[in-house]
Amino acid sequence: MTHWLVLPIVLPAMLAAILVLAARYHLVIQRVVSVAGTVALLGLAVGLFWQASDGTISLYQLGNWPAPFGIVLVADRLSTLMVLITCVLAPLVLLYAIGSGWDSRGRHFHPLFQFQLMGILGAFLTGDAFNLFVFFEVLLIASYGLMIHSGGQKRLRAGTQYVLYNLLGSTLFLFALGTLYAETGTLNMADLAVRISNLDAGNSAGIRVAAVLLLMVFAVKAAILPLHFWLPASYAEAPAPVAALFAIMTKVGAYCIIRMYTLVFPPDLELTQGLFDVWLMPAALLTLMLGMLGVLGAKRVDRMVAFSVIGSMGMLLASVAVFTQAGISAALYYAIHSTFAAAALFLLVDVIRARRGAASVSFADAPPMQGGALVAGLFFVAAIAMTGLPPLSGFVGKLLILDAARSSDLMWWVWGAILVGSLIAVVGFSRAGSVVFWKAHQARDQDIAPETPEPEPSTALAMVSIGGLLAVLIALTVAAGPVTRVLSATSAQLFNPAPYIDVVLTTPGKKIKSDYDAANQPKETAATGQGATESHDSKAGDDAHGSTVKDN
Amino acid sequence: MELLVATAIGALTAAGIYMILRLRTFPVIIGMSLVSYAVNVFLFASGRLAVNAPPVLTDGVEVYIDPLPQALALTAIVISFGMTAVAVMLAVGSYLSADDDLVNDPDVTDGSPDGDLSRNGGGAS
Repeated sequence: MTHWLVLPIVLPAMLAAILVLAARYHLVIQRVVSVAGTVALLGLAVGLFWQASDGTISLYQLGNWPAPFGIVLVADRLSTLMVLITCVLAPLVLLYAIGSGWDSRGRHFHPLFQFQLMGILGAFLTGDAFNLFVFFEVLLIASYGLMIHSGGQKRLRAGTQYVLYNLLGSTLFLFALGTLYAETGTLNMADLAVRISNLDAGNSAGIRVAAVLLLMVFAVKAAILPLHFWLPASYAEAPAPVAALFAIMTKVGAYCIIRMYTLVFPPDLELTQGLFDVWLMPAALLTLMLGMLGVLGAKRVDRMVAFSVIGSMGMLLASVAVFTQAGISAALYYAIHSTFAAAALFLLVDVIRARRGAASVSFADAPPMQGGALVAGLFFVAAIAMTGLPPLSGFVGKLLILDAARSSDLMWWVWGAILVGSLIAVVGFSRAGSVVFWKAHQARDQDIAPETPEPEPSTALAMVSIGGLLAVLIALTVAAGPVTRVLSATSAQLFNPAPYIDVVLTTPGKKIKSDYDAANQPKETAATGQGATESHDSKAGDDAHGSTVKDN
Repeated sequence: MELLVATAIGALTAAGIYMILRLRTFPVIIGMSLVSYAVNVFLFASGRLAVNAPPVLTDGVEVYIDPLPQALALTAIVISFGMTAVAVMLAVGSYLSADDDLVNDPDVTDGSPDGDLSRNGGGAS
């Protein structure tokens, strides 16, 4: 058994601890360690992705305990894909944070950033439902810290709302897990899948409740319509690099929906029929429309981008809700695309905010900004991608989704919502672009207002970071063919969960002796011995939840 | 006993939800704690209720209680404790900087450059 699989979780956890303990007051050291760490993570992620790309499903048993008893990490195509997206996003966002100086505007940016990565990567890799909850908490508690990084009244207020909303979400998650456990007696996802498929359909009220509760929890994370209220304020008020990193967090919700409802509650399961076409699809379409209307109605650029994130989540989940192989693979393509597009837009909003002086990100008149042409160009590209105009990846993603939706009963609704929504988004983004970049010149011609205090220009590093995000989008467009092939293989693997279940449940682990009295002693020593050989933090992340919370 | 536990969970949750729907941070945090107590009891009960049964399977024991929900409840307690602490810190910070302890944004100033337009989203505030 190799330990590769646990490294994406252990590495950021260790780095975060080191950063807090050893490099607390040394920003330069923090920056170096943090960048080195995320680049190493990228390497790891590429390695794992390559390893899983031939369809192997690798398993890591924590403490070497076999599956239903111990916690397992599983790397299949989907997990490694999501890990790879996160690890490509992280260094770029980090570069921006360093380039724009956001990380120096408050304490502990880098450790929190690493903890956040640990939580996200753990959530993608884990094969245990309760462990998923724990990683959710890790990523949330780090995100609370990041969200209010550098303080300020508005940010604290938005942060409070965000925290309270997510606390409620976590409680709901626990209720769902309790119900699941009461019904099945296990929380390992593969084991759950086996046991739920054997349940008697007539006597299944509890498991239905659990399925709906879980869907609600993930819908909170993914900001689906009735549960999206936390998103606009928190994304708009969060520091830009944090908002950009948060672009992956909504995808954690989408990932969990895809994972849970292909593996544990597969589409052919009689118990949960109707959950997708009756509930998720309309909710997703309404989310899409609401997000796009929000884009049009927003009076500030940051909120507009936050609403476009909601809209794109609606689009993504509409594709998931079709629930065919084509639908899932289109959703995955769109997930990659919208992560990077949203991240680029959040960073651009920050550049605009820094350079527009008093008018900030509102649509008020302001003199043209310094270096406006470059920013305008980048905004133009990012907006094209986000709204899904040709030639960028948003357009390809949308085409894939429209194509996948042809098999749905609600096809015309999906087509209508996506096409109308996109049109509205195009109008919204054009208005923003013209007000911020063009009307500025008009205002200058007419009169007035030479310069508010010289805005601090973002450094080249920040621009490189935004350029990098857009480059990923362009690469995604150019390589659309190979990428979709990989994604349809991913989704084919999801729709054939037997190998996954087989790998998880049949891999032998540590022998558990049947003679309990004799086994009790060796078990104790073996567990502590394992703790010593494995790094402390992997235990902190995966077993001893208490110490994780303390570390934060 | 089932009735008692179920009623307790229901009452705690109902009281908690009611408190969460208040406007000020202090009742909301209290409500959050109540709901998390409810969920802890719920998790505990998900392993079935039994009295005076050992949680470990050893020879000669006929009736035993599932130890896993207890471990889950412990984890949940630790996490919700930490989270409540964070929420309290944030609420205090928000109170000190804004001089009131409302959860929503009371001062929506539409259109001004710095105005917070959270009403925009139909209730982000």
